[in-house]
Amino acid sequence: MAQFRQCPDTGLFFHKEAENLMKANAVAGVVCLLIAGILALLVVLTRWPAVHLLPADTFYMVLTAHGVCALIFWMIFFEMAILYFAGSTLLRSRLATPRWAWAGFVMMIIGAVMTLAAIFGGKSSVMMTSYVPMRAEPSFYLGLVIFAVGALIGCFVYLGTLVVAKNEKTYEGSVPLVTFGATVACIIAIFTIASGAEILIPTYLWSIGYISHIDPAMYRVIWWALGHSSQQINVAAHVAVWYLIAGVIFGARPMSEKVSRAAYLLYIFFLQLASAHHLMTDPGISSEWKVFNTSYAMYLAVLASMIHGLTVPGAVEVAQRKKGLTNGAFEWLRKAPWDNPVVSSMWISLVGFGFLGGISGVVMGTEQISIIIHNTIYVPGHFHATVVIGTTIAWMGLTYLLIPVLFRRKMIFPQAAKLQPYIFGLGMSLVAVFHMAAGTLGVARRHWDMGFAGNPLGFEYPATAYLLMGIAGIGGVIGVIGGAMFCVITVGSLVFGEKLQKEAGLLQSFGVPMADSAYTNEKPERLPMAPAEAVEANHGEAGFEAPGTFILAMVLLVSFVIYYFINWKYLSEVWGLS
Amino acid sequence: MAEENKPDEQEDENISPWQQIIDNPFLLLFIGVAMPTVFYTLWGVMEVATIPIAPY
Repeated sequence: MAQFRQCPDTGLFFHKEAENLMKANAVAGVVCLLIAGILALLVVLTRWPAVHLLPADTFYMVLTAHGVCALIFWMIFFEMAILYFAGSTLLRSRLATPRWAWAGFVMMIIGAVMTLAAIFGGKSSVMMTSYVPMRAEPSFYLGLVIFAVGALIGCFVYLGTLVVAKNEKTYEGSVPLVTFGATVACIIAIFTIASGAEILIPTYLWSIGYISHIDPAMYRVIWWALGHSSQQINVAAHVAVWYLIAGVIFGARPMSEKVSRAAYLLYIFFLQLASAHHLMTDPGISSEWKVFNTSYAMYLAVLASMIHGLTVPGAVEVAQRKKGLTNGAFEWLRKAPWDNPVVSSMWISLVGFGFLGGISGVVMGTEQISIIIHNTIYVPGHFHATVVIGTTIAWMGLTYLLIPVLFRRKMIFPQAAKLQPYIFGLGMSLVAVFHMAAGTLGVARRHWDMGFAGNPLGFEYPATAYLLMGIAGIGGVIGVIGGAMFCVITVGSLVFGEKLQKEAGLLQSFGVPMADSAYTNEKPERLPMAPAEAVEANHGEAGFEAPGTFILAMVLLVSFVIYYFINWKYLSEVWGLS
Repeated sequence: MAEENKPDEQEDENISPWQQIIDNPFLLLFIGVAMPTVFYTLWGVMEVATIPIAPY
């Protein structure tokens, strides 16, 4: 008999098995984030020219571990928690096959430990991309494959939960938009993991000598279907988190569910094709392939992100205006609860993802102008804007939301929690902006020493590049401080936070089931279909429902156009014609 | 049995056919895997596989 409990504060229903899996995956994710953050400090202090902390071999080992831990383990563990939340809690359904879900979780843990052990063994410093012919220890590839299979099991448990919810009629009408977004993330994850298996299994066989040769060009094509798509899972998931936070905190409903769902549909069709922008300078692949996958398909995915970037703040504006905050274009925004870390996280994530990550992503996806920043430190600047400012901060906000709801603990250090998203957001924005600026001056990514000391074929970067890398270093340190604050607040809350329910003990914070007294065998009431919003019904007739958001969208558009043309100007200066 | 199904039918009538199509996660899964497999992976692999081998 499925056991549920209802959160007295939010009314959300938690299935016992799903709840424990959410906690275990979220905690595992935060542990990975902690490891990634410590490694990030070492990377930052080495790429900061004035500090230059680590020797070369240690730097490459640390950079490999940082990339794998932050971009794969932290993200996917947390995504599993989101999938179980969106499938079970939001649909008021029991989780399908929880034992399989636990098996998947254990495999992910084993895979992550194996891969990290291989890296810290010192013979697998091949970066997250592990481009052949660089050869890592076999356990590096095997660990990643085991981790991916575990995540794949989690994805199918999620799809199974959708089937269970449908069959058991736990909801009316269509699945909620947040669950739809999570489904899109799950679909992208399945393609991503399949691509990972396609390339990592042969590479594992090559590493143990069963296959003599892996074509580097072929490897790059297939690997990036894993490498970039894995970050697209994050995009779909963090957009769903924006909608969730807007709904829970502001009571906001999407301005048009149809438009939002259509935007998600564009993700399903086109988002994964954007992987091609990593291969813009690869010889042997035609311009037709590059242009179709980036300048056509990718732009449609960008359109989808712009729609979400418009509808989420638009929905918040409509909700705020209904509460009477109607003065001027921005009273609704000024009087938002900016000291609530859930709210500030969502806004920093949204703005950082759109302005820094989105605009730079389009530049990188344009074959001509991409060439001036390709494989420079501009690229880490871009993806720290998307994955760290966009995704990580969104998930930090979700964590603050769920500490009392899911873990039933009161948050410790509330004053520090108010500041944390701003500190982390500021630090990572400095990293993103100044890495992109240094990349525009040609500073190489992944390079231990931008001074090329002792290298007869060295290159002398302008002094400005050193200054920019130094500022990025300061930003990185601020970001690490913000990240450490998050870990202290969240883990501290799980351990020392005041219990909001007597059954929420220490072990229960980490996935051990709460006592049966916390649950009831009663099935939750069916989730009703929400009535259409007035704004949706009047769509196109009522003029500007969200004028402030429209102005913000225009600011984004103008910024994009200016930056886009600046890059064409840079390109025109690369090779002078007269 | 027919009586039991009736509310579902009424419910389905409230959802547009387009919405009912995109409510099917397995159809979306098919599209989401087929599109990048064809346009990114297969096309890209074919491009690499057809690069002529340099003469020795």
